[in-house]
Amino acid sequence: MLIFERSRPGRRNAAQAPNGQARFPHPNLPPQAGEGANESLRELYFNHAAAVSGIPTALLRKDQPLLPEASEMDVVRHYTGLSQKNFSIDTHFYPLGSCTMKYNPRACNSLAMLPQFLARHPLAPEHTGQGVLACLHDLQEILKDVTGMAGVSLMPMAGAQGEFAGIAMIHAYHDARGDTARTEIIVPDAAHGTNPATAVMCGYTVREIPTNANGDVDLDALRAAVGPQTAGLMLTNPSTLGVFEKQIQAIQKIIHDAGGLLYYDGANLNAILGKVKPGDMGFDVIHMNLHKTFSTPHGGGGPGAGAVGVAQRLLPFLPLPVVARQNATYRCLTEQDLPQSIGHLSAFTGNIGVLLRAYVYARMLGAEGMHRVAEFATLNANYLMAELQKAGFTVAFPQRRASHEFIVSIKPLKDATGISAMDVAKRLLDKGYHPPTTYFPMLVPECLLIEPTETESKETLDGFVAAMKEIWDEAHTTPELVKGAPHTMPVRRLDDVKAARELDLTWKPATSTRAV
Amino acid sequence: MPFIPHTEPDIAAMLASIGAKNIDALFDEIPAALRTGKLNAVPEGMNEMQVTRLMQERAAQDVAMLNFIGAGAYEHHIPAAVWQIATRGEFYSAYTPYQAEASQGTLQLLYEYQTMIASLTGMDVSNASMYDGASGLAEAILMAVRAHKSSRRVLLPTTVSPLYRSVVHCIVKLQNIELVEIPFDTAAGTIDLKALEQHTGSDIAALVIPQPNFFGALEDVDALTAWAHAQGALAIALVNPLTLAVLKAPGNWAGKGADIAVGDGQPLGSPLSSGGPYFGFMCCKQALVRQMPGRIIGRTVDMDGKQGFTLTLQAREQHIRRAKATSNICSNQGLMVTAATIHMALLGVDGLRRVATASHANTQALAKLASAVSGVKLSFSSTNFHEVVLQLPKPSAAVLASMAEQGVLGGFDLQPHYPQLGNAILVCATETKTNEDLQRYVDALRHALS
Repeated sequence: MLIFERSRPGRRNAAQAPNGQARFPHPNLPPQAGEGANESLRELYFNHAAAVSGIPTALLRKDQPLLPEASEMDVVRHYTGLSQKNFSIDTHFYPLGSCTMKYNPRACNSLAMLPQFLARHPLAPEHTGQGVLACLHDLQEILKDVTGMAGVSLMPMAGAQGEFAGIAMIHAYHDARGDTARTEIIVPDAAHGTNPATAVMCGYTVREIPTNANGDVDLDALRAAVGPQTAGLMLTNPSTLGVFEKQIQAIQKIIHDAGGLLYYDGANLNAILGKVKPGDMGFDVIHMNLHKTFSTPHGGGGPGAGAVGVAQRLLPFLPLPVVARQNATYRCLTEQDLPQSIGHLSAFTGNIGVLLRAYVYARMLGAEGMHRVAEFATLNANYLMAELQKAGFTVAFPQRRASHEFIVSIKPLKDATGISAMDVAKRLLDKGYHPPTTYFPMLVPECLLIEPTETESKETLDGFVAAMKEIWDEAHTTPELVKGAPHTMPVRRLDDVKAARELDLTWKPATSTRAV
Repeated sequence: MPFIPHTEPDIAAMLASIGAKNIDALFDEIPAALRTGKLNAVPEGMNEMQVTRLMQERAAQDVAMLNFIGAGAYEHHIPAAVWQIATRGEFYSAYTPYQAEASQGTLQLLYEYQTMIASLTGMDVSNASMYDGASGLAEAILMAVRAHKSSRRVLLPTTVSPLYRSVVHCIVKLQNIELVEIPFDTAAGTIDLKALEQHTGSDIAALVIPQPNFFGALEDVDALTAWAHAQGALAIALVNPLTLAVLKAPGNWAGKGADIAVGDGQPLGSPLSSGGPYFGFMCCKQALVRQMPGRIIGRTVDMDGKQGFTLTLQAREQHIRRAKATSNICSNQGLMVTAATIHMALLGVDGLRRVATASHANTQALAKLASAVSGVKLSFSSTNFHEVVLQLPKPSAAVLASMAEQGVLGGFDLQPHYPQLGNAILVCATETKTNEDLQRYVDALRHALS
């Protein structure tokens, strides 16, 4: 049932909105309309036509928006009930490749939501925000250290906005040198879709280069691709194929020799946190997905945070504001401090509440904890890969170490039984596991990209392997059961074609004719 | 080990299965010269008790004051149920709902959100949110240029927030889009229609129409929308969703309505939080839906014909279309939208109207009280909603600093952004302010000017 179907005309929550007790004198009302005014005057105040009598009628709303009229308890039950139709990290194992669905510590949430943090207005003077600014400044310093970069801005509100900021800085760098002939960004074919989309948003054309049989960048193709038109290369390392790019030093040299800059997509930073720094690999600019590596919640799709880090030569171009510490006081740097900045990406100061969660997480881990993140993420991934191989599954790069994730190809199973990666994914739901990422990267047919993260125990991984074995057996004995999965969810497989062809994006009351 | 459950026997058994002698061996593909040494700037780890103490000390440094600043972020009461439900683990720690069958809670909620926000704005369709209002406006401009096809010129009035305009410049400038500023009428505080008319007959992709505008003033949205359409340009409405409980919805502007409506959803349940996270909303006419960036939820049926919800029109998005996507945007601000949906459901039509109306009434009352202070007057003659510009007889920065010393955040200093306005400040009094609060404002202002 939709919330609108629970709605009853005239039902309202008297406790949730300003009431008629006239604490808010309308200037057009006689003075006695204040405290102690009689009922009719109170009603007059909330007679909207009267309260907004100074506003020209032509600018006022005449129809009633379609919002529910429901009691507080209706609303609480409805949305509590909806929450129970979700998988989440708090309820299920989520081995979702390239998404780093690790446990979101509760302390990060409760401490980021301390009332003083929530109450502060973004345009309040900086002296009223020394606490929050100190946290942001410390977080910048921590991120600089773990990534080996010279400067960090926390402002991008998502990974994709971090990518935008990074490529915009590369653009600004070349422009500042008068090097305006560089029109191309190189992207490996295994890259996330955000990489080419970002390059286009920054006014570049995209040149894609292939991957070799080992899962590494094809160096010959890269050499052939670079030239005076090369603005930079966007690289994810470890790549989305779940392997560490061993030739990174050679790649770095090819790009820099051609006058381009090297961009690090931090989607897989969890795999190397505390083990190798992007700065040491020669990257000029990086973004970090704090909602992955620093365990801020995914929230059903966001908000994320896509902090960017830069090498020395890109420092002048960082997005604003950057938090500086001067004379024991924290302040936000402005255009006066960084006149060559690419500018502002949000109206205020990014997703601060997310940044506070990342900060609490970083402080709880400390330096030792940072090293352990990559160690145990990698241990879990390699263990799961080994166990699934023993169970008969085919991994894409058996000759390689897994990073924090790896690829299983369902193609042999599909050839034998007709069961696809999608079928396996949907059947996993019935067994209480969120499926791995499916059909990405597109280079490996029928792929499952599996990332267990460091916060899962051996028992959980063993349970997942057992579920995969069961599905393997079902594929051979009762394939229809697998093809019809899921059977235990609130809905079965949905008709995506109908969803796209017969667009139904908003609810309409039964009595009204469809407007669209 | 924080958040790592492995016991020593677990580690030994796992390494044996892998065939590695120790954990370090798992990193043997990383060139030795690149391996990280000590992390010098990362302090030692803290336990929960220690970090709680640290954060409480930090929070205590953030000084709470009686706030009269709006300027794009508004202090409203948020019902207790909103964040208690939004931070349930099933919402808080869920991933993007790509696996629809395991995400019906988030998906249905987003569909309900799309319905509510599309209805508030009077538009046909909505996406599942953008990062914030400012970046949402930038995306709306890019969308309008894609939809218009022939022109890359967009008129961006200076009555749009300077903070928003700066973000728009940052995001669209690399795509060769020409942003043309339209000045405001200095008496009315609204878009200068004469200046706008100089562009009559030229090829324009879109006109951005803020309502209320940055000064809190109400623009003649019908005339502006009609003018844009007469030029063959799209009308982009930049609106505060709370005010739409009372003000004419963009979908009804000039009859046939604006083409795209965007804004910041912060007034619907996002705490001020020093600036974020908030969320941007984006709604449009049905005909433009395939040009819209961001995630969109549709209602459909499952194999058994049962109602269900799923992400749809994904062929617009970067994970499918890559370099040809409508935007590089991937995430939305899901959790903030979760809060906003619960917030709107709790308040309902009546509640939102009461909040909007009380905010309007409070601001009118404050304007009246403040302009009675000697030397203070209202900068503009036009009708305002819940923000107003005050003209001060002394330098605005100094007056605001003096008010802050008295524990009152007296407003947003317009001087650096609009030097032509002199000592002008932008003031907001939402429903959270009592008579006593308004009096305290006036007392602080009077003292600051004395």
